[in-house]
Amino acid sequence: MSGPTYPGFDTLALHAGAAPDPTTGARATPIYLTSAFVFKDSDHAASLFNMERAGHVYSRISNPTNAVLEERIAALEGGVAGIATASGQAAMHLGLVTIAGAGSHIVASRALYGGSQNLLAYTLKRFGIETTFVDPRDLDAWRAAIRPNTKVLFGETLGNPGLDVLNIPQIAAIAHEHYLPLMVDSTFTTPYLLRPFEHGADLVFHSATKFLCGHGTAIGGLLVDGGTFDWQQAYEKTGRFGELCEPYDGFHGMVFSEESSVAPFSLRARREGLRDFGAVMSPHNAFAILQGVETLALRMEKHVANTRKVVEFLVAHAAVESVSYPELASHPDHALAKTLLPKGCGAVFSFNIKGTRAAGRRFVEALSIFSHLANVGDAKSLVIHPASTTHFRVPPEQLVAAGMTEGTMRLSVGLEDVDDLIDDLGRGLKASQKGA
Amino acid sequence: MLLNIDGHDAYCYAGGKLFDATLPTVVFIHGAQNDHSVWVLQTRYFAHHGFGVLAVDLPGHGRSKGAALTSVEAMAGWLLRVLDAAGVQSASLIGHSMGSLIALETQAKAPARVAKLALVGTSYPMKVSDTLLNAALNDEQSAIDMVNIWSHTSIAQKPSFPGPGFYAMGGGQRLMQHISRHSDEKVFHIDFSACNAYANGEAAALAVTCPTLFLLGKRDMMTPPKATATLTKAIPTAQVVQLEHCGHALMAEQPDAVLDNLYRFMTR
Repeated sequence: MSGPTYPGFDTLALHAGAAPDPTTGARATPIYLTSAFVFKDSDHAASLFNMERAGHVYSRISNPTNAVLEERIAALEGGVAGIATASGQAAMHLGLVTIAGAGSHIVASRALYGGSQNLLAYTLKRFGIETTFVDPRDLDAWRAAIRPNTKVLFGETLGNPGLDVLNIPQIAAIAHEHYLPLMVDSTFTTPYLLRPFEHGADLVFHSATKFLCGHGTAIGGLLVDGGTFDWQQAYEKTGRFGELCEPYDGFHGMVFSEESSVAPFSLRARREGLRDFGAVMSPHNAFAILQGVETLALRMEKHVANTRKVVEFLVAHAAVESVSYPELASHPDHALAKTLLPKGCGAVFSFNIKGTRAAGRRFVEALSIFSHLANVGDAKSLVIHPASTTHFRVPPEQLVAAGMTEGTMRLSVGLEDVDDLIDDLGRGLKASQKGA
Repeated sequence: MLLNIDGHDAYCYAGGKLFDATLPTVVFIHGAQNDHSVWVLQTRYFAHHGFGVLAVDLPGHGRSKGAALTSVEAMAGWLLRVLDAAGVQSASLIGHSMGSLIALETQAKAPARVAKLALVGTSYPMKVSDTLLNAALNDEQSAIDMVNIWSHTSIAQKPSFPGPGFYAMGGGQRLMQHISRHSDEKVFHIDFSACNAYANGEAAALAVTCPTLFLLGKRDMMTPPKATATLTKAIPTAQVVQLEHCGHALMAEQPDAVLDNLYRFMTR
């Protein structure tokens, strides 16, 4: 006899966290553009402030539109709570500083998005949080980098720029051996392609600006708590995470791990981090991202299908030196990708054009469907040439050290007719080789 | 706070305040494979509104050490020893599911020590199907999923528990997994077996003399309201309240309605 089953991914993407509006009957999630919420009386006010009742007080702490998005991403990831933030960077920052402060240490993959790299290498360092960067494929390096003051291990599900597939099960095991959580940036994969909690990760964040929103219309981030990490046990074993397991003066001596056995992290992240740093998502953006999430499965299937055909085209093209995509047998993480990413390896990848910076410029300028800009995860196809934009001052030898060449292109494959995309890329490649 | 009962740590959450035995005491008792945290909102409210609160973790659950107790009668005896250790002569008892049977049995054992009784998501007999019992013994994750799915009526609880942004069904699943990880025993099977075997419910209910509240979820599939008839008939003076849009996870699905009914009952 088969037992009851949880709602499937598509059902959760449409319904989790959202019920018809009880006042108006509105079926779509309304945009609650209100700064604050009226209390029924003084006792109601006090009980909301003191976490004796669940409800909304002020939209910096929580908002009904944002809550739908937060609960939906938690459901889709298989977690216990979500927090909507002003951007992906804000989600990463909130995740880290909820458990790390001056004197703390982080171990991170060195294959990171530039913004994440900056936050760890420079900005958090200024506030006393140090990071050791490791080759994400070198498991011994992860283990060796852990110090007594390490608070978290961190990497991207698909690294930048080479799409290194993070070995979540193995790195989570190393983290857990040391009573540490693993946090991952799952922006490129979304819960449709990979649910990191099922493989051992404890915290996930997204730049929801990308595939979750899906239309390039809103900036936002989502931090998700898997509820899997035992903060109290880690505290008892190592003395770490007093932030969650000791009285917090900033909230009337609250001990978050006593309030919730599985989600003390989210309690503190919201009650301290959102409250004090204030990097909250606009309800308007939450609405825009919710619209994207409703069709996430449909879009990701098409993103991946188009990407596979584009990759196939590029691999066979004479003007292309190499293509880095984990579904290719030539990719160093091909076998791992088959295990962790059976539905596909996303729609963002890099390839190298034969030639110099000039060839790259000619390629980009000849494209008409691909938009040249600094974003990924849009319904529309996007391209960027790092050597003439983000890395335009970087000499060729340093580009190589960063895993690029002068002809490296990053594509974000959209939802257009794939034959049109291939025609566009063909025109660009032909132009790139003129004068070569 | 930690008490020592039978040589083991016994954890009681006091609602975010120091427990004060001179105040009227309310004891909150969780159900199978749960811990004190299912009551976090209600306990904080009571503790900040004139009550001394003890939300226990039963032995082998959450932060309380020692083996899980194998009968409702043994759990009731343990609860009375908790009251002794906390310096409480008389308390009101609020129990959810298996916890409601413990509250009922405690009243039967020591009626003079129970001021009021609130039975939340209860039934009698509290029979557990062979399928679920077997799953709890041989495939605990499957039992967790069954109970979690059957306990929730919606994937969109508002304002959600313990607050906006939390996915109540995800939290329910993780809490039961958390209880499993913290014990070498098959706690779920032990708890279910205790519920299944408890045979003193009707006699205990017939002997109840204190004010009693039945707080039920109208759409509860684990302990459906109709399965409470034996108890409600046995305590004709009891108040019976059925909550709309509510299953067995009453505190997660309707936290305010649970609190308001409990607080009205305890203060009238």
